[in-house]
Amino acid sequence: MRFSIYRYNPEVNGGPYMQEYQLKGIDPSMMLRDALLRIKEQDETLVFRHSCGEGVCGSDAININGRNGLGCITPLASLKQPIEVRPLPGMPVIRDLVVDMDRFFEHYRSIKPYLVAHDPEPEVERLQTPEQRDRLDGLYECILCGCCTTFCPSFWWNPDGFRGPAALLQSWRFLADSRDQATAERLSELEGPYRLFRCRSIMNCVEVCPKGLNPAKAIGRIRQMMLKHIL
Amino acid sequence: MSSLRKRKFDVLVIGAGGGGLRAALQLARVEASVAVVSKVFPTRSHTVAAQGGINAALANALPDNWHWHMYDTVKGSDYLGDQDAIEYMCRAASHLVIELEHAGVPFSRQNNGKIYQRPFGGQSQNFGGEQAARTCAAADRTGHAILHTLYQQNIQARTHFFDEYFAIDLISNGDGIILGAVALEISTGEPIIIEARCTLLATGGAAQIFRTNTNARINTGDGMGMVLRAGIPLQDMEFFQFHPTGIAGRGMLITEGARGEGGYLINKEGERFMERYAPNARDLASRDVVSRAIATEVREGRGCGPQGDHVLLKVDHLGEGVVARKLPGIRELARTFLHLDPANTPIPVFPTAHYTMGGIPTNRDGQVVAPFSLGPEEAIPGLYAAGECACVSVHGANRLGGNSLLDIVVFGRAAANHIADHLQHSRYHLPLNEESIERALGRLARWDKRCDGESVAQLRRELQQTMEHYCGVFRTKDVLAEGVERVLALEQRLQNAVLTDHSKIFNTARIEALELENMMEVAIATVCSALAREESRGAHSRIDFPERNDEQWLKHSLFFKQGRRLDYKPVRTKPLTVDSFPSKPRVY
Repeated sequence: MRFSIYRYNPEVNGGPYMQEYQLKGIDPSMMLRDALLRIKEQDETLVFRHSCGEGVCGSDAININGRNGLGCITPLASLKQPIEVRPLPGMPVIRDLVVDMDRFFEHYRSIKPYLVAHDPEPEVERLQTPEQRDRLDGLYECILCGCCTTFCPSFWWNPDGFRGPAALLQSWRFLADSRDQATAERLSELEGPYRLFRCRSIMNCVEVCPKGLNPAKAIGRIRQMMLKHIL
Repeated sequence: MSSLRKRKFDVLVIGAGGGGLRAALQLARVEASVAVVSKVFPTRSHTVAAQGGINAALANALPDNWHWHMYDTVKGSDYLGDQDAIEYMCRAASHLVIELEHAGVPFSRQNNGKIYQRPFGGQSQNFGGEQAARTCAAADRTGHAILHTLYQQNIQARTHFFDEYFAIDLISNGDGIILGAVALEISTGEPIIIEARCTLLATGGAAQIFRTNTNARINTGDGMGMVLRAGIPLQDMEFFQFHPTGIAGRGMLITEGARGEGGYLINKEGERFMERYAPNARDLASRDVVSRAIATEVREGRGCGPQGDHVLLKVDHLGEGVVARKLPGIRELARTFLHLDPANTPIPVFPTAHYTMGGIPTNRDGQVVAPFSLGPEEAIPGLYAAGECACVSVHGANRLGGNSLLDIVVFGRAAANHIADHLQHSRYHLPLNEESIERALGRLARWDKRCDGESVAQLRRELQQTMEHYCGVFRTKDVLAEGVERVLALEQRLQNAVLTDHSKIFNTARIEALELENMMEVAIATVCSALAREESRGAHSRIDFPERNDEQWLKHSLFFKQGRRLDYKPVRTKPLTVDSFPSKPRVY
């Protein structure tokens, strides 16, 4: 099986290049991350992040044959050869497949990703009907892998101004939560032409989300809520 | 030395899973300056993978109280758990789960709006009566929900994070007082000294020492390795939990919640075999019991599949709706890794290394304790541990499902409370002992060696295979003795292992080498402790000593790296306020 992998180590390389690797006797039902680990056994200098191996920790987001995804849940059989593996697009490369995620997490932190409640805390749980709780499905499962945001052209063009699909999905996760009491603050933080409204409904985020979530829909909901709020 | 970067905080927390983050949050509330060092971004920590839920006797679904929870936990531990710590945990549970809800955890809900609770293994009403439903769940992604919420709360609290820093070793004043750690900034390869008046280890478990395991790649026992190198023993390391339902041959976890929701196991004859092993609790017996039952079915030729090497977990009779709503995460896993939908096809499962019951010995305030000169439980000044890396011991010889997420929040918070108190009394940073810094840097420098030698990956694979073969579900003296020999031989070979990548920037090969050193320490402690314990208790099953032997073995093991010495200390059988639960035969 043939691989073409993006390599760049600023200590030794003047610039990035693609390196070819071959693996023999590979079971095609194997995941890409396992293949990368085999390659690393041949060439220890190849660097990538990974951990849980089952698509829940969000460490191993990479660009695979031009599409973002998680290495650990991408079966080799689904991929055309040579399998081209690159770092997430639009992010500064630290080394090989490892990118600097700081800006991504800055956007996440900026949407105040925590529940805000002003009422005194009851001594028991706050009640929430199953229907109210259902509104959080498809939102809270985000693993912050960055596949969506770094595959979004609006984010490539406005990486500082536009919050990006992952952060906005989380913003909606709190706006949609019946227990949260910071609706006005959350909406006003997203006002202006960039933070929310740079989304052009290109839908790349939906296409690549490895958890099957729909940030574009969440962004639409925030827009609707904002309109209602203004009117 | 002066050239090394140095940072100073009141408290250093190593590890950003649920235990470390809960502690950091508590410390932020008393305005202590806290540094959280984590080798991965916090939400990548392995708490994220916990599925089924967190135990608390909220009595939302069925009658319950903390005292029944305590009974179940003591019995589940095969009476090796310390009953003062267990009482403390079970009493704190409801309050802390409510607190998690207030912090925003998206728990699933009952029709009346309260937190959803499901039945889990080893749970009973009224001290061994009917099945209880004590496990609070956010679908089957409870760990994810809790970890993300705790991280979010820490963002609000403006906790100082050192993301992608690898802790190398503890540093001290040369007089046994722990004063922080030397860490490596992974992205630059630069070491840094982080000084702290108190250090909390929350570095998680070590099931990566086994080939087939449910654990993330990062679960390499780093805190345990640090502690052993600092001359402090590890407790009860022979007790490793094998989860009954890992995906066969692969290891990914299928939550006990699958059985809690009504799923059950069958052998190749289609028989519900758990009825023979645990007539009352059946598929919801304790994990050690179910794992042994599965392994026995397979050994006796009743396994499924062409190799007869697994059994089947059925949830297809529950209907698509229940699987979609209550078990969406494991459905996704089964689809991805097995190309099957559990809503209509049973899942092939086999016991898989899952959880480290043993660990760094602590008291219920999270202080690390060891027998030195003053008694069996002498606190090591400045050093704390919480969560899976610690051994309080609330899990004893076998942990109950749903008690692990509880352990991390209860004892993360308890340790932080004690630290907050300690900070009041020790106001100033003490001078560091240069030698302890040199020793930590020596660990790094050793891997700069450029010559021929074996690779880390090869030794890692052999270690995992050896542990699986010689220290698995069923154990005997001969097999364990050979295991000790083999692991020690691997340790020797590790001395001559080399890296081919010597670059500084994001050198993951170097991190894996440092991790393997920690895994090796933990593996030696595990197999040596297992060889010494000549009885069967909880997860430690000796074919040559099939019975529990309270007279000789109702005691905790302590393994010291120096001389590979074993010592023992009594179990704390006296609870805080209630009567002890005396040891009884354990049937489910």
